[in-house]
Amino acid sequence: MFRLTRTDTGHPFGLHPAMIVAGVFLLAYPWFASDFFVFQIGAYSLILGTIGLSLMMLAGYGGMVSLAQLTVAGVAGYMMAILGENSMGVMGLGWPWWLTVIASILTAALFSAFIGAIAVRTEGIYTIMITLAIAVAFFYFVRQNYALFNGFTGYAGIEPPTLLGVYWRDATPFYYLTLVVSGFFFFAVTYGARSTFGLSLQAIRDNPRRMRALGYDVTLHRVAAYFLSGLIAGTAGVLLVWFNGRISPGSVGIDVAIDILVIAVVGGMRRPIGPYLGAIAFVLLENFAIDLIDRERFNTVIGLAFLLVVLFSPDGLLGLWNRFKTKIRLPHAVSTKDGRETRGDRNSPGSLEQSP
Amino acid sequence: MRSFIERHTFWAIVIGLMLAVGLWMIFAVWPDWLVDAIGRKKTFVNTLLNGITLGGLYFLVASGFTLVFGLMRNVNLAHGSMYLLGAYIGYEVADASGSWFLGLAVAFLSVAASGVLLQVLIFRRMEGDDLRQTLVTIGISIVAADIMLAIWTGTTYQFQPPEWLFGAATLPIVSVLKSSGDAVFVKYPVYRLAVLAAAVGVGIGLWLFLNRTRIGMMIRAGVNDREMLAASGVNVQLVFALVFAIGAGLAGFAGVVGGTALSIAPGEDIRYLLASLVVVIVGGLGSVSGAAIGALLIGLAEQFGLAYFPTYGVVLTFLIMVVVLAVRPQGIMGGR
Repeated sequence: MFRLTRTDTGHPFGLHPAMIVAGVFLLAYPWFASDFFVFQIGAYSLILGTIGLSLMMLAGYGGMVSLAQLTVAGVAGYMMAILGENSMGVMGLGWPWWLTVIASILTAALFSAFIGAIAVRTEGIYTIMITLAIAVAFFYFVRQNYALFNGFTGYAGIEPPTLLGVYWRDATPFYYLTLVVSGFFFFAVTYGARSTFGLSLQAIRDNPRRMRALGYDVTLHRVAAYFLSGLIAGTAGVLLVWFNGRISPGSVGIDVAIDILVIAVVGGMRRPIGPYLGAIAFVLLENFAIDLIDRERFNTVIGLAFLLVVLFSPDGLLGLWNRFKTKIRLPHAVSTKDGRETRGDRNSPGSLEQSP
Repeated sequence: MRSFIERHTFWAIVIGLMLAVGLWMIFAVWPDWLVDAIGRKKTFVNTLLNGITLGGLYFLVASGFTLVFGLMRNVNLAHGSMYLLGAYIGYEVADASGSWFLGLAVAFLSVAASGVLLQVLIFRRMEGDDLRQTLVTIGISIVAADIMLAIWTGTTYQFQPPEWLFGAATLPIVSVLKSSGDAVFVKYPVYRLAVLAAAVGVGIGLWLFLNRTRIGMMIRAGVNDREMLAASGVNVQLVFALVFAIGAGLAGFAGVVGGTALSIAPGEDIRYLLASLVVVIVGGLGSVSGAAIGALLIGLAEQFGLAYFPTYGVVLTFLIMVVVLAVRPQGIMGGR
């Protein structure tokens, strides 16, 4: 048998100690952080990270780099405003909140599957072009359509429900809400990657022709991957529209869509933790770059950071960390060289070796 | 042509009929029922001409994009930025020297030079890694858009084309007959017709260059098989740099031409990037004739969408892309 992923990390429940520390930190975070840090930094990073996760899943496991993930999230956000309530006096069908949420997420996932159905007819570099075209077209469409999307102004006044006596847009409850959602998807993707479906998807990424010859329906697997990533992006989209309270064409603009790509690439697209690291770096930079440079030139900074990462460390911050780890470990522990750091690395021979 | 009619008789008849109806709609005086159904003839003819000239502009932008892709398998997502850069440089030069044509030439040359720099400094270092090259172009377009915003701010600029390109031409197309029996002819801006002429000229020029010159032959050979071309002793890197120069230069050229027909403002880079993307997806990546067909289709779709269903115009463009991808994933003229 070929061994594609390693589950025997030697830690209880397969959890790395660093993950336990991170988990405790994330849970305890609101106890010592101010509301600004909990809401604007913590919750926002988690939401962006989750959208990035949906891209990471498609790109890292499926080999399909989609630039339309933010568009999918935007569809969910717009559906929240259209089906639920908003303060603009346009649409706002007033469905109960739980039905609105379910319908929005499902619509987004179906839209994502539709994008997938269009994009998977071609391969590789074409995917990025087609999804970019879809993202830009969606932006122009919502901007010029007033009947459904309220055009340039968009919608405002979209709020989470008050449930169990808690107003869910308050900093701490909202942070925990995003943490639960992100945690759920993080583990779903981590463990899903080892499921039959996850493994077939990775095999299709590595060699679609062989998988087709083995009798797998390559197209169906890919479209299903788009659907699942749409569920993730759609849920994050609902959280994002609750976070902002409003949605407009600017929220689904091409620069924001590219930010998601930047987040995933800077963090690293090999493992689910990558996008979250990227999102934290991005949000911190966005909030504190003012102190270093002119606020107006934020895009130059983010663009240059992205360029540097793509040019010098194609697998992002995770790749830098791994290389650093290998470097300090190499002198005294050569025997562990094929250990965890090569896990998920599709180019390394270690990931395809035969198990003993 | 004959073989096409013999092989696809049905489609040849359909296309022939559509052409006949189209010509009749352009040249005949419309009967009342047609005016009642789809509005005045003037609107229709103007929309048609706008669509064709916009298609010409899109062709100028997309031909460079598709040429670069065809040879280097490199999707240059900074192509829109090159368009905008060309427009700004052209504007500065034209404003300072007072000569529109000098602005056009400088825009072409300087953007071509920036394309060569990009190819030599960046793409050559990551040859064969398509995805990374594409990501780099995204990074470049982010930085370029921001720097251009810093230099030229958010103001909208408007070119002054030369005198003789100003004004309107009367076309030999009757729009309505007055009650007195006099015919009213359709008028159309000369500059827009000049844009169309430029696009046709560039198209023919590219065709001649690719099919009738030695360098063009090398480029075509490189599109088919890059390794074999290199093995037969051609300096492939030089050919790459040249193609990148032409592709980028055409974007800069289109920037001045398009900036004069419409206007220059931040955000135009995304618009023309979208146009190039859709045009080459529809027309087929790497094919110059495909870019021409795609550009015409998208230009017409955009203008007719704008005139007849204003708030759903983009959907029409999008639908064309989806239908083409569903029926012919490689694009109308694309080959695998």
